[in-house]
Amino acid sequence: MTAYSQTGPGQQLQIVVVGHVDHGKSTLIGRLLYDTDSLPDGKYEEVKAVSEKRGMPIEWSFVLDAFQAERDQAITIDTTQIWFRTAARPYVIIDAPGHREFLKNMISGAALAEAALLVVDAEEGVREQSRRHAYLLHLLGLRQVAVVVNKMDRVGYAAERFHEVKQEIADYLDSIGLSPTAIVPISARHGDNLARPSYKMSWYDGPTVLTALDGFHPIAAPSDLPLRIPVQDVYKFDDRRIIAGRVESGQISVDDQIVFSPSNRTATVKSLEAWGAPQPPIRARAGQPVGITLDEQVFVERGDIISHVSSAPVLSNVFRATLFWLGHAPLAVGSRYRLKLATDEAWVTVEAIEHTIDTQTLADEEADQVDRNGVAEVILRSTEMLSLDAYRANPATGRCVLIDGYETVAGGTVSLEGYPDQRRQSGPKSENLTAVEHLLTADGRSRRNGHRGAVIWFTGLSGAGKSTLAMQVEQRLFALGMQVYVLDGDNVRRGLNRDLGFAPEDRVENIRRVGEAASLFADAGVIVITAFISPYRGDRDKAREAAAEDGFHEVYIKADLETCEQRDPKGLYRKARAGEIKEFTGISAPYEPPEAAELVVDTMTHDVDASVDLIVDYIRDRLVIRNRPTAVATGR
Amino acid sequence: MTAHLDALEARSVYILREAFARLEPLGMLWSIGKDSNALLWMARKAFFGHVPFPLIQLDTEMELPEVYAFRDRLVADWDLTLKVELCPPEEAMDQTLPPATRSAARKTEGLRALLARDGYRGVIAGIRRDEQSTRAKERVFSPRRLDGSWDFRDQPPEFWDQYKTEVPDGTHVRIHPLLHWTEIDIWHYTKREGIPVVPLYFARNGKRYRSLGEKNITFPIDSDAATIDEIIRELEVTRTPERAGRAMDHEAEDSFERLRTSGYM
Repeated sequence: MTAYSQTGPGQQLQIVVVGHVDHGKSTLIGRLLYDTDSLPDGKYEEVKAVSEKRGMPIEWSFVLDAFQAERDQAITIDTTQIWFRTAARPYVIIDAPGHREFLKNMISGAALAEAALLVVDAEEGVREQSRRHAYLLHLLGLRQVAVVVNKMDRVGYAAERFHEVKQEIADYLDSIGLSPTAIVPISARHGDNLARPSYKMSWYDGPTVLTALDGFHPIAAPSDLPLRIPVQDVYKFDDRRIIAGRVESGQISVDDQIVFSPSNRTATVKSLEAWGAPQPPIRARAGQPVGITLDEQVFVERGDIISHVSSAPVLSNVFRATLFWLGHAPLAVGSRYRLKLATDEAWVTVEAIEHTIDTQTLADEEADQVDRNGVAEVILRSTEMLSLDAYRANPATGRCVLIDGYETVAGGTVSLEGYPDQRRQSGPKSENLTAVEHLLTADGRSRRNGHRGAVIWFTGLSGAGKSTLAMQVEQRLFALGMQVYVLDGDNVRRGLNRDLGFAPEDRVENIRRVGEAASLFADAGVIVITAFISPYRGDRDKAREAAAEDGFHEVYIKADLETCEQRDPKGLYRKARAGEIKEFTGISAPYEPPEAAELVVDTMTHDVDASVDLIVDYIRDRLVIRNRPTAVATGR
Repeated sequence: MTAHLDALEARSVYILREAFARLEPLGMLWSIGKDSNALLWMARKAFFGHVPFPLIQLDTEMELPEVYAFRDRLVADWDLTLKVELCPPEEAMDQTLPPATRSAARKTEGLRALLARDGYRGVIAGIRRDEQSTRAKERVFSPRRLDGSWDFRDQPPEFWDQYKTEVPDGTHVRIHPLLHWTEIDIWHYTKREGIPVVPLYFARNGKRYRSLGEKNITFPIDSDAATIDEIIRELEVTRTPERAGRAMDHEAEDSFERLRTSGYM
């Protein structure tokens, strides 16, 4: 359908119209087009004829509801777009279905929009999909919302009823951080307060729907944020090797030094390519497609994110996501999905469901699964390193979808709260390192000590019993004549790690140094026990890599949060709950339990002595060298 | 207007590159009309002067002679790879369809035969949402069932720029890079970029074609618009829908819907 006069002053704005089923979204749009004289010739007559055929008075929604099924059931099934203009500017209006069944269609419409009109029935008031749609607008990142309270004719144009509904919807929007630009009482069917103020509601002196629309602002591509270009492809159609993508934020210029994430490779922009341009561009900004050639041939692939070196995206293989779940099967912990984030794809596993969010009451609820049309905060872990941003920092690289088989099952936003940036120098900073040949061998040290050196890596929540057990195990092994030493917060943080705090990055560095120091102890023939919470799986894996092969034994000192909080030997949980300690593991920062620890010691079922026995037996079995001449014994 | 056209073009270029990166084999339907010419132009921008997939013309041998002449000239001038798919005759169509709809259905069948033979996973088509109300309901990446038909009741969600590219073997995805354009946008862009069009769009003796289709089911409109500027001025005030001259849209309330759900463009 052609709406006429699509040109003129003002920048085009995309609006989505949302709300509960049958609250009158399509009617509002149909009537708005009629009132502003935007219907093509014959459309009014066509709608009138189709309405009469079905025995109805003129049904404005038929302007938009194109499918026969939609007209027969008088509901919108899929989104429709329509072009339309006011004196101020042209609009694209997206009509999103309000029926619960069609939420995925509502999302497809709303994800394109810059602003939203939320329609609420004056008689029925705020209903289930009114709230859910508002919540989804918020989740999709839409911040400009105006509300219309429709069907005022059904409540006798009463100011009292309008104010009740207005209060109800304003309260809900406020609780999700949206403040409506206007709340307008209307009757879409009769055209009250759409294009012109209604004399039937002279008690109302706010804007009409058209004035409310004209009060919205177009969303500009974020040229002021750090540069992000997700790589779409690398083309070699001719002698040029062109990296293709779209500038999602920031700006890029010829001669810029750029870094590709997650590979961490750097290069300099040699040229920006454009076909048919009178001269090649020297700069591109947010919203523009680009083709980049480099000064050297570094390996680049689809999914990489281009940025400037000083403001690169975060690297992490684990993140928190607020997801809207659309899958027919529920989302469950341990399930694997294909993640799409910008142009990257990776397998992710749902590590935890932190909680679900009831979009009606906004209450957080504990849950083992998330059902269709539910919202939840989950932890996703990938086997590969991902480059991403928190949604708040950069929307385009901070949102994702999940695919299950052929089905898009979720969309959501990224939070990195509590997770460190894992971007690190992968190799040594100094290149002038030469391995020194030792004259003593590990075997020699083992024979003299009667046991091998090794790292015994304790991990667990604060209060699980790591320090207590470490000290007792040390004492028992020493009594058995073994070389043993404990590294813990006390002796490490006082010297070696004096410069580190408790922010996620500092915790990562703390554990890295402990891992390296422990591996030196083990190499020297000592059994070294480390007693650190070491909450991140990735860090413990790094410590394992630092150690000699078979020289690392992860011991999970296991106790649940409730138990640890009850024990609270140092009063830390109490302080964390009171907000006096920030980023406290288990309370305000995550703990990732081991997936395949060599030994699990459950201190809720084992007392201290039993736990020490378990660990000492484990160490003796694996590290003590038996001097008995077994060959002779078997050859008898 | 420049910023507006730049934004529309940027989106289409992004979509074309996504299709090329994710769907193989890929082909683009070329009707030789103003929309698919503009799309072809944008493909050359997206791929830096190249068109890295074949163009497919679903040919009923009923196009106007000017259309064939224009096609042959552009293929030579732009060095295009063109595959002409001859559509089955009208007698082979569903006889319950009204006559013009039946005639248009030949293209659906031609496309179906081509897909079955060449196994395309991605088919680019230059349709726009403002042309017709069922097209307004389309996704940018629109998966089709095994028989090529469109299940409008169960379309995938499209979050932001994340498009559906995972489909079972034997099925395909229609890619619609022009959905967000309007008729008047296309003309502004055609003028700005200097894209060639079939001369039938320009008025001669008080008539011009506003939408090009087969000669038996498409009719010219009354118009004196002989240049792009005049066409734009005409569109700014017209109250007649673009496809008014396309007979198959108007034979029954749902005739175009029936065409589209069975796989028409």
